[in-house]
Amino acid sequence: MEILLLLMLLPPLAGAALNGIFGRRFSHGLVSVIGCGSAGIAAIFAIAAALTSHLGPDTPPFVHGYFTWIQAGSFRTDFALYYDRLTLIMTLVVTVIGFLIHMYSRGYMEHEGGYYRFFCYLNLFLFMMLVLITAGSYPVMFVGWEGVGLCSYLLIGFYFPKKSASDAGKKAFIVTRIGDAGFTVGVALLFWTFGTVNFPELFPKVAALGLGDQQHTLTAACLLLFLGAVGKSAQLPLYVWLPDAMEGPTPVSALIHAATMVTAGVYMVARSNVLFVHAPEALKTVSAVGCITAFFAATIALCQNDLKRMLAYSTISQLGYMFTGCGVAVFSSGIFHLMTHACFKALLFLAAGSVMHAMSGELDMRIMGGLRHKMPTTFWTFLIATLAISGVPGFAGFFSKDGILAATYSGPLGSPWLYWLLTITAGLTAFYMFRGLFMTFCGKSRVPHDLEHHVHESSSKMTVPLMILAVFSIVAGYVGIPEVLGGSERFDHFLEPVFGSSQNLLASNGVAAAHTASELVLMIGSLTAAGVGILVAYWFYLRSPEIPEGLATAFSGAYRTLVNKYYVDEFYNWLIVQPVVVGSRKFLWQFVDTGVIDGAVNGSAEATADVGQVLRRIQSGNIRSYAAWVLLGAVGWLGYLLLR
Amino acid sequence: MLQPYIPILIQFVIVAALGGIIIGASAFVGRKPRTREKLSPYECGSLPVGDSRGRFSISFYLVGMLFILFDVEAVFLYPWAVVYKELKWLGFIEMFVYILILLAGFLYVWKKGALDWTR
Amino acid sequence: MTSVGSADFIRILPELVLSGFALLVMMLEPVTPAGKKTVLGWVSVVGVILAGLAAAAIAFFPGSAFSASISNDGYSVYLIELLLLIALLTLLGSMAYLERDAIDHGEYYALILMATAGGAFMVASTELIMVFIGLEISSISTYILAGYKRGELQSNESSVKYFLLGSFATAFFLYGIAFVYGLTGTTNLDVIRETLVNSPSSANPQLLWLAVILMFVGLAFKVSTAPFQIWTPDVYQGAPAPVTAYLSTAPKAAAFAVLVRLLIGSFGHVASAGPLIFWLLWISAVLTMCLGNLAALWQSNVKRLLAYSSIAHAGYILVGVTAGGAEGTSSVLFYLGGYALMNVGAFILVAHLAGADERRTDVEDFTGLAADRPGMAACLTVFMLSLAGFPSTVGFFAKFYVFRAAMHAHLTGLTVIALLNSVVSVYYYLRLVVAMYMGEGKTQVNEASIPRALGFAIAVSLIGIFFLGLFPSGLLSDLTSLHVPWL
Repeated sequence: MEILLLLMLLPPLAGAALNGIFGRRFSHGLVSVIGCGSAGIAAIFAIAAALTSHLGPDTPPFVHGYFTWIQAGSFRTDFALYYDRLTLIMTLVVTVIGFLIHMYSRGYMEHEGGYYRFFCYLNLFLFMMLVLITAGSYPVMFVGWEGVGLCSYLLIGFYFPKKSASDAGKKAFIVTRIGDAGFTVGVALLFWTFGTVNFPELFPKVAALGLGDQQHTLTAACLLLFLGAVGKSAQLPLYVWLPDAMEGPTPVSALIHAATMVTAGVYMVARSNVLFVHAPEALKTVSAVGCITAFFAATIALCQNDLKRMLAYSTISQLGYMFTGCGVAVFSSGIFHLMTHACFKALLFLAAGSVMHAMSGELDMRIMGGLRHKMPTTFWTFLIATLAISGVPGFAGFFSKDGILAATYSGPLGSPWLYWLLTITAGLTAFYMFRGLFMTFCGKSRVPHDLEHHVHESSSKMTVPLMILAVFSIVAGYVGIPEVLGGSERFDHFLEPVFGSSQNLLASNGVAAAHTASELVLMIGSLTAAGVGILVAYWFYLRSPEIPEGLATAFSGAYRTLVNKYYVDEFYNWLIVQPVVVGSRKFLWQFVDTGVIDGAVNGSAEATADVGQVLRRIQSGNIRSYAAWVLLGAVGWLGYLLLR
Repeated sequence: MLQPYIPILIQFVIVAALGGIIIGASAFVGRKPRTREKLSPYECGSLPVGDSRGRFSISFYLVGMLFILFDVEAVFLYPWAVVYKELKWLGFIEMFVYILILLAGFLYVWKKGALDWTR
Repeated sequence: MTSVGSADFIRILPELVLSGFALLVMMLEPVTPAGKKTVLGWVSVVGVILAGLAAAAIAFFPGSAFSASISNDGYSVYLIELLLLIALLTLLGSMAYLERDAIDHGEYYALILMATAGGAFMVASTELIMVFIGLEISSISTYILAGYKRGELQSNESSVKYFLLGSFATAFFLYGIAFVYGLTGTTNLDVIRETLVNSPSSANPQLLWLAVILMFVGLAFKVSTAPFQIWTPDVYQGAPAPVTAYLSTAPKAAAFAVLVRLLIGSFGHVASAGPLIFWLLWISAVLTMCLGNLAALWQSNVKRLLAYSSIAHAGYILVGVTAGGAEGTSSVLFYLGGYALMNVGAFILVAHLAGADERRTDVEDFTGLAADRPGMAACLTVFMLSLAGFPSTVGFFAKFYVFRAAMHAHLTGLTVIALLNSVVSVYYYLRLVVAMYMGEGKTQVNEASIPRALGFAIAVSLIGIFFLGLFPSGLLSDLTSLHVPWL
């Protein structure tokens, strides 16, 4: 097993190294063989590990320390990997979808510069992501955590000569850093309290506590960890980097900023479920933040005209769903949605990339329309994904979203307002997704003439991964059919060894939502919302396109607020960026730096320069004087002997 | 502690004193005739030719140094020869290796042309 | 007097292999046609690798040899392997350099091998006379190496200065040995320790102190601690850069090894000498760190800058020696290893970048290098960051362990001074990095692509730097459990 895990982890690293060092000299073909091959090998071994792990319901998680990584005083961390059913699901999602996106990139990046550089970063990302999800301790997880952040930065800024791209890269890096700071402090707090940050030691220690023991410490630690997740998974208020991150190549948006990296926060919260259930207040924060983010981002998505940005806000919104699911202590529902979302959101992005490819990089939906006839495969796959995300029965998103909605009402920490807000969000989601679909693919073509002849279906290198993902977007939901529909919730039961004890803790302490409702009723509520959303979108954008314009003029204030994304970027700019810039210019630079520090530094520098002058005189280059110095030194020491 | 060394110290003093006395006495007692012959470099009569700081061929120094090197190393053969019988085969092999190393040095010098006087 | 047996020879196998290959290279030199001398470099590389295998093999034959004048223990094996690594990197880094500057003679390689053999004798020896012989073997070889560019005045100057001052300093060392022999009637370190510890009254303390100080002066010269560092900048700057790479690491490591054996291992156990040794090291450490760092701040020549930096590093290592004990010793050994990796790497890379006849060694000459040669600039940056002690490089953990040992030995003041010094040092290391990345490339494009052997050497040191920077505990725990009798 430990060998299998290494075989899964190392090929992407090796691929990254090969392409990074020698890629410049390799042909495109060789680069893609190495890049896709290593991702493929990782996927094969991930599947092999899943098949041979034999994790029964009662088997403890597989843990293997490869070597001692850091040893400082009582702080000891092995480079240990941790494999349980949660890891199993995550490795499958990451490697399989990662592999498909690698394959797709062959076509997408064909005519771009830095082909080898792209695959090097992509492989490196895959490696770091695998480290993150197989980590057996918080420090190792942090390596992956920072590693994926680095790769994200590199890939967002992939077109670095473009200023907006490099700015977006920096923004992503700096904003997530705020969260990372919280993460590190949280881990330090855990070490301070429990004396270990290794999962196999830490979790049992915490699990042995009763509910309410160490309450304040755990709440603080969990909130700090969650701050890290907020940064990484783009939740309120640190979500601002994700829409800008769309400056990167589209496969990157699909892999990193939709399917895998941004879900790292959700994974981390789920992985730390033992800690979080001991801090119900922190969990409530998680669900509240998730739920509000879901709604907030969905409203922004309503009026976006840039296809990829709309998808970005949709990702933020869906991540909010996952956090809500975890926050009401039904962690498996969050992970389930994570899995299905990875399939259909990756598909949406890749299809958007296909459109972008056909439109020579154009992403404005206002000048699209009618692409359905020219790009049938892209259209159909996009449609499947849209149905999935909207929660239409039969598609993956329906099952997973329904799981979360049911959890918000009847989960241990659920409450009705979460349910209602998320149901409204579901309606909004259906509306904006279909709006995007109709504007892009249906109706009359609004494509400018000079682009018109260029529009074409993408090559099979790109469409085949689309089709595979489309299949996933349908079938992925069937692993967790809810009981009301005659299913057996296999997914929840599968993850019970990981989350069961946490949920039992809450149940045995009488923490349970007082609200019970038939799941069927809840389901009908969300279905109604989705149906209304789809119908309105159809009405607005296919039947009578003049209505939205009328609405926009009628409610111009609200419309402009939404188009400008609630002015959050401007607000941050005003609240944080400008004061920092002005403050650093006026106070730090002109007063502190020039006045105080330069004064002190120049003072000490002058003193040092004087010392330097003396030293220079000593360093005369004259060998007799050197010998004299050696003698003087010896005599000095002997003199010290006499004087002591 | 330093007592055993006192005879040595005494000997030092005696040596220094003796040397000083002899030189001082000759300077003090001896005659100093300043004739032409006495002031010439060689009293025996041969006349010096050219500057005494004349330049030698660099090979002279090279050969000189090499001679000293090999000469000094050959000196080790004497003590070895004295205890040769006690050391038995081990001593023989060790000295063989030693001479082999000397030989290697010699060959190196030779091949490098350091012994080539005309170069 | 015990007789000499085959076990004795096995225990000095690495030294024998090195000497044998040195002779072989010397023999092959005259018969190798000019222009093909690099072959001899590869022969030497083979020799070093074989010696490395031999050293690994003799780790399984611990014990002493030649009437207890050689001690084959974990301590000596680690240091011999370290010296061999330095030799290997230097050899690989030198070949193209020697060809470029037309000084490719076989003797160069033989001298490196001999210097390494001498160093190996130094670190393995527990007998002062043997230490002295090893010191001389390595010193004389390095004196010649420093002046290897015969046509160049600076190189000559470097060699002469090193030779004269070096001989002067070894005289101190020898004088100290004489006093020790006078006091104890032996030159064997283990016997000295036992004699002095078991019957402290047998030796006059004043004379003992005198002996310690004299020997310290001799070694202090080799490791260049203040005020005996005076020769270092001139010699390092004048010598050919790959030689400087060797000079700044191998003899230093060997001399530190002797210093630790001597001061911590032998005299450290003598109660009356304790305070003296402590203050000797404490004051030296402070002076050396401050002097090295302050003087480095204003250097405009990269080689000179690195020379002062190596003085400063000697100061940090002295902090570890001052801490003493098993923890201090292991931190010193770790530091020596890490320091060797980064310093050799930096010097051989600078040797390459400086161009023919090392014309471009000023910091200014490196401006804008990153635009021309991004790969090399990145490598040099890593070396600089490691020297400055940035995390995830070995430089960080080297400093960390030394400072931690100092803290555990309750040397708070010394640690604070050391920390302040390493903060100061960041300035001059980054100055070079800033020049490379920020400046406009005003130099013409530097050397052609990197020679393969040199590239390999740099890759080895980079891998070492990052490996030990990320996973330092393995080596450290090995070094902590060396099982040497004198700790």
